[in-house]
Amino acid sequence: MAQILSPGTQAPDFTLNVTPDQKLSLHELQGKPVILAFYPADWSPVCGDQMALYNEILPEFQKYEAELLGISVDGAWCHAAFSRDRNLHFPLLADFEPKGAVAKKYGAYRKKDGFAERALFVLDPEGKVFWSYCSPVAVNPGADGILQALEDLSLKRNNNEPVESSSFAK
Amino acid sequence: MSPLKVPVSLNDHIQGDENALVTLVEYGDYECPYCGRAYPSVKTVQKHFGPQLRFVFRNFPLTQIHPLAEPAAEAAEFAGSRGRFWEMHDGIYENQERLSLPLLFELAELLCLPQEGLRDAIANHEFLPKIRKDLQGGVRSGVNGTPTFFVNGVRHDGSFEFEGLVSAIDARMLESKARVA
Repeated sequence: MAQILSPGTQAPDFTLNVTPDQKLSLHELQGKPVILAFYPADWSPVCGDQMALYNEILPEFQKYEAELLGISVDGAWCHAAFSRDRNLHFPLLADFEPKGAVAKKYGAYRKKDGFAERALFVLDPEGKVFWSYCSPVAVNPGADGILQALEDLSLKRNNNEPVESSSFAK
Repeated sequence: MSPLKVPVSLNDHIQGDENALVTLVEYGDYECPYCGRAYPSVKTVQKHFGPQLRFVFRNFPLTQIHPLAEPAAEAAEFAGSRGRFWEMHDGIYENQERLSLPLLFELAELLCLPQEGLRDAIANHEFLPKIRKDLQGGVRSGVNGTPTFFVNGVRHDGSFEFEGLVSAIDARMLESKARVA
């Protein structure tokens, strides 16, 4: 498994296609917690699908004002079809050209397979990695780790503590 | 292994004895074909263990990919509020290939449940808060798709065919027996 960026690291900025004719940059989301969900590919079997699960529980993420971004090496047209088919309500970014460049920056690229790990990052509103987790590629990591990280992050900020990164391992 | 964060309580739909050695909890979606496949295995597993096993069903509807999962869960909860949860639950899974709104009303009629009551419950989302609460608790417990099973509070990541469930339950049963002895 790849060595993914650990808590405390400044998250590398990126600009990727979010639709065939629109781009999104990470820095546009500064000021809010951001969830980056790298995943291997669109079109995995439905009921156990990680993106379908996140789509269902978006309101839980929104309670923390967090923005969720799904990222895979699939192209923007593929994402558009997948997103429409699964009725997804959050953006999927195409890490397509050069292939996997953003996943590589986050240490979440599987070179021998040519696609991203199932790697999760919760970024604090300043754009630092607060929590990260890399799941075995065949295992849908669920959302409990993300929700716990968002809760810890919001508790810290409400207590006006300096935001230190979470060091717990899932 | 993810532990079950929400303990089994009287708010749950429970089959079997409170003092059973093992509790099997399922997070399920009525429109999910994998849950449909798990349904007969769970029935056989229940028969196999008899009173030693308690079974709990909690809602985990993936409504964005399964548009009928939510009304089906609402119909089951509506039936549950009139003491007929399991009949509705079984009726839906046994007829899953023709799941539709008319099927839910047909099942309600068979169970002598009021049609207007069901219509209002679905239209007003009377039971949606309970259903969402099941889902939220499931997510916090690490449910990552449907069906997800917990055996004595520990997530079962193996097969949900008969043999897979039986071996997981057998293992927990030995532990429980060892504790009692």
